[in-house]
Amino acid sequence: MPDASTAPLADPWAPRKLYRSSDGRWLGGVARGLAGHLGLPVIWVRLVFIGLMTADGLGALVYAAFWFFVPLGVGGVDDRRPPPLVTTETQDGRRRLVARRPDRGQIVALLLMVVLALTFVGSVNMGGGAKAYLIPAVLVAAGVALVWRQADNARRARWMEVGGRRRTLTLLRSAAGVLLVTAGVSAIFVLQGSTAHLGSVLQATLAVLVGITLLAGPYVIRMTQDLSEERLMRIRAQERAEVAAHVHDSVLHTLTLIQRNAENAGEVRRLARAQERDLRAWLYKPEGTGKDEDEQPATLAEAVRRNAAEVEDKHGVPIEVVVVGDCPLDERLGAQMQAAREAMVNAAKYGGEGGAVQVYAEVEGRSVFVSVRDRGPGFDLDAIPADRMGVRESIIGRMERNGGTARLRAVPDGGTEVELEMERVEETA
Amino acid sequence: MSDANESAGPVAQEHAGDGAGERRVRVVLVDDHRMFRTGVRAEIGQTERTGVEVVDEAADVDQAVSVITAARPEVVLLDVHLPGGGGVEVLRRCAPLMADAERPVRFLALSVSDAAEDVIGVIRGGARGYVTKTITGADLVDSIFRVQDGDAVFSPRLAGFVLDAFASTDAPPVDEDLDRLTQREREVLRLIARGYAYKEIARQLFISVKTVESHVSAVLRKLQLSNRHELTRWATARRLV
Repeated sequence: MPDASTAPLADPWAPRKLYRSSDGRWLGGVARGLAGHLGLPVIWVRLVFIGLMTADGLGALVYAAFWFFVPLGVGGVDDRRPPPLVTTETQDGRRRLVARRPDRGQIVALLLMVVLALTFVGSVNMGGGAKAYLIPAVLVAAGVALVWRQADNARRARWMEVGGRRRTLTLLRSAAGVLLVTAGVSAIFVLQGSTAHLGSVLQATLAVLVGITLLAGPYVIRMTQDLSEERLMRIRAQERAEVAAHVHDSVLHTLTLIQRNAENAGEVRRLARAQERDLRAWLYKPEGTGKDEDEQPATLAEAVRRNAAEVEDKHGVPIEVVVVGDCPLDERLGAQMQAAREAMVNAAKYGGEGGAVQVYAEVEGRSVFVSVRDRGPGFDLDAIPADRMGVRESIIGRMERNGGTARLRAVPDGGTEVELEMERVEETA
Repeated sequence: MSDANESAGPVAQEHAGDGAGERRVRVVLVDDHRMFRTGVRAEIGQTERTGVEVVDEAADVDQAVSVITAARPEVVLLDVHLPGGGGVEVLRRCAPLMADAERPVRFLALSVSDAAEDVIGVIRGGARGYVTKTITGADLVDSIFRVQDGDAVFSPRLAGFVLDAFASTDAPPVDEDLDRLTQREREVLRLIARGYAYKEIARQLFISVKTVESHVSAVLRKLQLSNRHELTRWATARRLV
């Protein structure tokens, strides 16, 4: 059993190989795969196959052979088509790949094939007896095709890791395939007029099958176990390699920078903090969330952490963040985040000597509370000249314009605390 | 955590004041990183100045259990990740020592990890508090004395975790007394999460430091005894950093 799970990974380095296309295919993906491989428009390849069909069904034979022998892969995909995989977010925040549903073209193609096959059957003239076997043969072929399509889908599902398996459907399809094949074979027997022997033939077949199962069963089971074990090992190795790559790239890099900047305490601290944050995010966050730093934060907790990290990097003052609860960001909370960021910058600039700046955010019911406190020399709003708009405008003003409140107060033992409170926008859904 | 940065001195003296400045505490360090043990020992182990006497060290679970049983310290600084089963295993095997009425051994978890399941795990295992390794020496000394007194030590982040865990009230509480935090306890936790020291909390809420301590201890008790099944599920579901 060839394992296709590594195929997409090996792809870039592998020599150009012929694959059947799993995307935008009508039947087995042979035509599209060939077109991709040869660099021709799909329609040409399809026309050639249809042309060959007229030559005593040669096209169907060639197609079947390709379908049988060529492995499924990715290729010959049209850029204009929608992406075959759609990324969706599940409730637990993980991303999941979901294959697109089969489009109308595929169904039309199947119907077309059936019509073609029927007219072909009707028009074939092989004289007398042979014709009678045609319908059973087509039945057998359909059964085999059904089971093979099944294997195709299973393989595709595995290397795309589509969640949510539909077992009943799989079983149904297999059963239908087996039924068709059995019906076809029985029909051939019936036509041969050997119905009398049918019973004994079936018995003998059953006996042979049971014998083979008994003989080969243990080997098959052991082989599948070995295979799955090997796959597990490979997945582990891959994971280890990924960890090693990350540690190598970012941690060793940072350590080198730290050694080089050993005499610059501020820079060393900044580097170490940034690396610590990065490593923690990488180790503890669930798959797929927050690992790519380029995206806009979608939730409050993420936004607070992002802002704190950026301010920390820029001003070299450690900022400790505690977030309780979480909610999606809306317009008002966006404004609150900007105000909080301004407060963090102020705290880092003027109060950073006293120790880490503490940021606390809490979602409680409909209201969101953010507190930023430093342990600096303190801050008197009234003592600041009226033309200095920093705090008044970008923190207090911004909060009030958006329907929230901002309070600044001096902490008794030194330092300043900024408290920002905002109601969330009513959900309209 | 530097929550008690400013006030560590005064608070420590308040505690030390009971024993007229002559208070001593015997401590065992459990951590598998020798370098870290050395660092901590250097920082808090100057007994003349800090009052902390590091009597022994251990690097894995078996060693820790035998060392703690032999030395009978008042406080154990316990790392969460240890070869041989982790800090939780040490706590499990030292349970009789913790329960000793005469000379109880108390545990303070000290870890580089602040992943939720680690934190909740050792707290439920019986540790009296949880601080991260970024804590300053003065704060650590203060925390050690507090734990020796039987108080609880919450870092801002731990307070955040607890608020978060007890806030999700989708399932009805099994035991009303344990599975809910009172309004006052929530307020105290919130202030700890915001980085306030006990003394500052006391001033803010117009209560005494002693009352703050009793609130925090009550929360710790609820955290350890509460049979909220959500707590564990919460901790594993949200691998908060």
